[in-house]
Formats: sequence, C-alpha cells, structure tokens
Amino acid sequence: MMTIEIPELVIGSGAGFAGDRADAALPVIEALAQYDCPRFLIYEVLAERTLAIAQRLKVDNPDAGYSPWLHKYLEPALGRCLEHGIRVVANFGSANPEAAARCVKEIARQAGYDEARVAFVLGDDLTHVLNTETIRGLPCIEGTSIGSRELVAANAYMGSAGIQQALAAEADVVLVGRTTDASLVVGPVAHVCGLADDDYNDLAAATLGGHLIECGAQISGGYYADPVAKPVQGMAQIGFPLLEVFADKRLVVTKPADTGGAVTRATVIEQILYEMHDPASYLTPDVILDITAVSVEALSENRIQVRGARGRKPTHTLKATVSLDNGFLGEGEISYAGPNALQRARLAVDTLQQRLEEINTDKVGVWRIDIQGTQSVFHGTGANSASQTADKTENLPTDSEYRVRVAMHSDSRRDAERATDEVLALYCCGPAGGCGVRQCVTPRIATASVLVDCAVVEGSVFIRFVD
Amino acid sequence: MQTRLYDIAHARAGDKGNCSNISLIPYRADDYQLLLQQVTETRVLEWFRCKGATKVIRYELPLLPALNFVIQDVLEGGVNESLNLDSHGKSLSYRLLEMSVETSAGTE
Repeated sequence: MMTIEIPELVIGSGAGFAGDRADAALPVIEALAQYDCPRFLIYEVLAERTLAIAQRLKVDNPDAGYSPWLHKYLEPALGRCLEHGIRVVANFGSANPEAAARCVKEIARQAGYDEARVAFVLGDDLTHVLNTETIRGLPCIEGTSIGSRELVAANAYMGSAGIQQALAAEADVVLVGRTTDASLVVGPVAHVCGLADDDYNDLAAATLGGHLIECGAQISGGYYADPVAKPVQGMAQIGFPLLEVFADKRLVVTKPADTGGAVTRATVIEQILYEMHDPASYLTPDVILDITAVSVEALSENRIQVRGARGRKPTHTLKATVSLDNGFLGEGEISYAGPNALQRARLAVDTLQQRLEEINTDKVGVWRIDIQGTQSVFHGTGANSASQTADKTENLPTDSEYRVRVAMHSDSRRDAERATDEVLALYCCGPAGGCGVRQCVTPRIATASVLVDCAVVEGSVFIRFVD
Repeated sequence: MQTRLYDIAHARAGDKGNCSNISLIPYRADDYQLLLQQVTETRVLEWFRCKGATKVIRYELPLLPALNFVIQDVLEGGVNESLNLDSHGKSLSYRLLEMSVETSAGTE
C-alpha cells in the first residue's frame, strides 16, 4: 500500500447480501493483511424476510435459525482472517446468533484456531421482552397492517453498542442478529477510535462509512455498470470495497489490487443515496446522519475520499420489523419465439386469464399476467387481470421472443400451485410452440415496520462467548 | 432539443416498504441546474402514476451534485406483496432515465 498516512482502521466487505459471491472476500483479506493498523471484515447477509424464515426454522429446531450462508462464506475465509488478526463482524446470527457462534467456533477449530474468541450478541428479538398483543399494538410506520395474521418474528434494529462491547471483550468474531447494517462498521470504528455515545459527527462519519460498504460491490461497479454510458471492466472478478478511516474521520473507499470493478466518484455517489430518504435525517440507533454537506473527491484511481458527514442525537425509539404469515406466491412462465410470437403470447395470456377467472369463482387469490419483452416490469396492473400490454406493444417486433408470466398470491399453497399448473397445461392446450415452462411456489412473509422505545430492549442486550 | 435523461445523468433505485427512492446524478455538474428546473416532483409523480405512485418528495444535494426522489406507493405493495416480477423496483431507475428534458443547443 502506497498510502502516506496510515488509517486508524480499515474495514473490508466480505458480502453485501445473502446471495453474494463467496470468493470475493479472499482478495479483500489479502489486501487487509497489508495494512499496519486494526483491520476488520464485515458480512451483511440478513434481509428482513430471511430473518423471518430463520425464525420459523428455529421453532422447529432450536439449533437452526442462523444464516444458511454461514458455511459458504466463512469456511474459505475464517482461517486466513484469524491468521492475519483480522476481526470479523457479521450478521450470520439471524434468528439464532448463539447457534451461529457455535458453528463459527467449529470452523475456527477445523482451521487450526482452537483459541479463537467467538462472541454473539442477543437482544434484538422483541418476542423475548414483549408479549404478542403488545407487539401488535406498536405504532406502525411503514408496511402492511398487522391485523390478525400469524406473527412470525419481531426484531428491533439494534445499534452498534453490542458489537462495541464484544470487541472490547477481545472477540475475534462477533455474530449479531438484527442490527442496522451500518452498525457492522460503526461498532469497529467506535471501538478503535474510542468514540463516546455523543460524538455525533464521528458516529455520523462511521455510519456513512457503513452505509457505503455494507452492500459490497454496489460501490465498486456492481448494480452500476452499463456498457458505453457507465462501462466497468472485470465484472467477473469485481473487487469488494475497503474502507479506510482516518484520525480526522475522513473516509477513503478503495478496493483490492488486481480485482475488477471500479471505485469512482460516480459509483460512490450512487451508493451514498442508495435506500436513503431524507438526506438530512438518516435515522439510526447510534446517530441521526446528515449527508447534505458531504463531499466526494477522487484522490487517485480507485481511491475516493468522502468527508463532511454530520450527526445529531438519535431518537429514543428503535425501528423494528414485525413479520407476518402471508400465504403463498405462485409463479409460472412460458416462452414463445419466432414468427408471430407476440400474438401467440397474447393468446396464451387470454387463455390463462379465462382459466384463472374460472378457478377464482371461490376467490382463491389475486394475480397478474404479463408478457416479458413488452414493458412488464415498468407497468402496474389492476388485480386479477392481464397487464394492459396492447398499448405498450405498438412498436415491438411481432417476430421475436416473448415470455408470458403469471403471478398469483393466495392464502393456500394448493391454489397458488393451481395457477402455475395452468401455465404448464399450455404445453398441450395452448398456442403453438410454447416452450420452457418454469413453475415456482414460495411462502410469503409480510412485514410491518414499527417503533419501539429504546428502554424496552436496553436491559436485554448481552454478549456471550462460545466455550 | 429533447434529450433523454439517460444521456446526461445516471440513477440508482432502492426500496423501503412500498416506497422507492431514485437518485438522479448528472454526468456533468453543469447539468444539475437543468435537472433541478425540469425534473420536478410533479413531473416525476405523473411519470410513475402508471405504477400507482401517490406522492413524490425531491431532495436536493447541490454539493454532490444529485437529486433524490422518494416515490410513495410505487411498488405495488413492496417486495413482500407485489406481483410484479421486479418486486423491489430495482429497474425503476431506468424508467426515470426514459424521461426527456429540453436542452439548449449549447448544452447538448
């Protein structure tokens, strides 16, 4: 590394979502090993739905309910992290951080590190501190109405306090369940820099740093590349980000040498605003982040400096996600190609529409039917109808390839399956040359975001180590 | 002259519940004023009405420079409810970039 000034700490991203590349962490670890300062690797793999599904698995099996991706990510990476003294902070804990921690301990043992200190943080599960009726009564700020549907999970977005405590207790690996994604970075920064709870500007810088790298490759060319307009080289070996944090809380985003992708002003600005609503008030349990005075500057190729985050005292409430049982989604698809494909696809749509209306005499579900290759994703549709494709297909070639898709939501798996079976039946009962049927039925979870007073979970946060 | 936003700006979409937020970032800082004047809350709301949008809030970030649009009720219920293939609305950044703006001869 040619940096003149040594950062206070460096944090790398090993994964930015549950389905991320497992091998991307390896060049990040090699790059981290070159720095002469405290180093951390984070994995953010916990979507709202993932957590709810994990909660269900845990009900059936007390040893389950942690991230199913844990082994995929950590088996190739953990030994190297421990070898180089790189500490890992990850939300593989999902609904069961303790079981995740036991698995991580075993992976560490197999890599020859029997003494690895593996910590887990508990306290985000609201069902441990509130009864179901109280949870149902919490003020809802976003999402579905809770109503009488079965409650699957309820977890508060925790701040970085638990992670900080675990690092202070010399954890090599910290496993959490639900925290804000940025906490995975705020925890290490606050620990290394000794931040106090009211160092709001510094906590804001750390939160912004977390926001920048928590989605992995989304800041280094992923979810960005567009040939000609925004070309990015080496997408197959895209480098995951490294965040250098300096003493004055300047941030530099970079990526490992000899990897693909790019870290530029443009990639960084896209990620700054990703999933951001009011840029003056990004609410987290650690701090309210204000990015309106942030500046982004290219220092050299693939080295972008970000500074100017401002912070305010956080509110006294936490956001929590309440997950509810929400029936099933049935999806079925079939393709048409060649001469008059568009008209054959439309005939398939009309046929499916009639069949679903017949099924639906007992109001089993809601559906939509689209022709992919027209403008399916850009358009809404009324319930129980074919998307209004006629006005969107004027300038489209009749002879091309089109894919018809049915999506039906139903409370019963059987009815969702019946909808997808109607697509399958088009092989023999539908237009000529129908091909490539795929069917899929998945359970659905609805979520509501509610507010819960910080005091409710304060006493329930605790840190433990695996023996 | 009419120019597609795609030719002068880039964008990224993110989702929260039934809301989408879409950033709009000019390739040239000089074009920020043009975006500010023409890509208004009203126009963006009309643009996304076919998806059910009910309200748009535009945040201005002149230092980056960039605009950030928060579009309510545009995701057909959001990732857990929508029947749209794109239940996150990840493609909606490109829907915004289909919009045209009036550019003077000198602006390109």
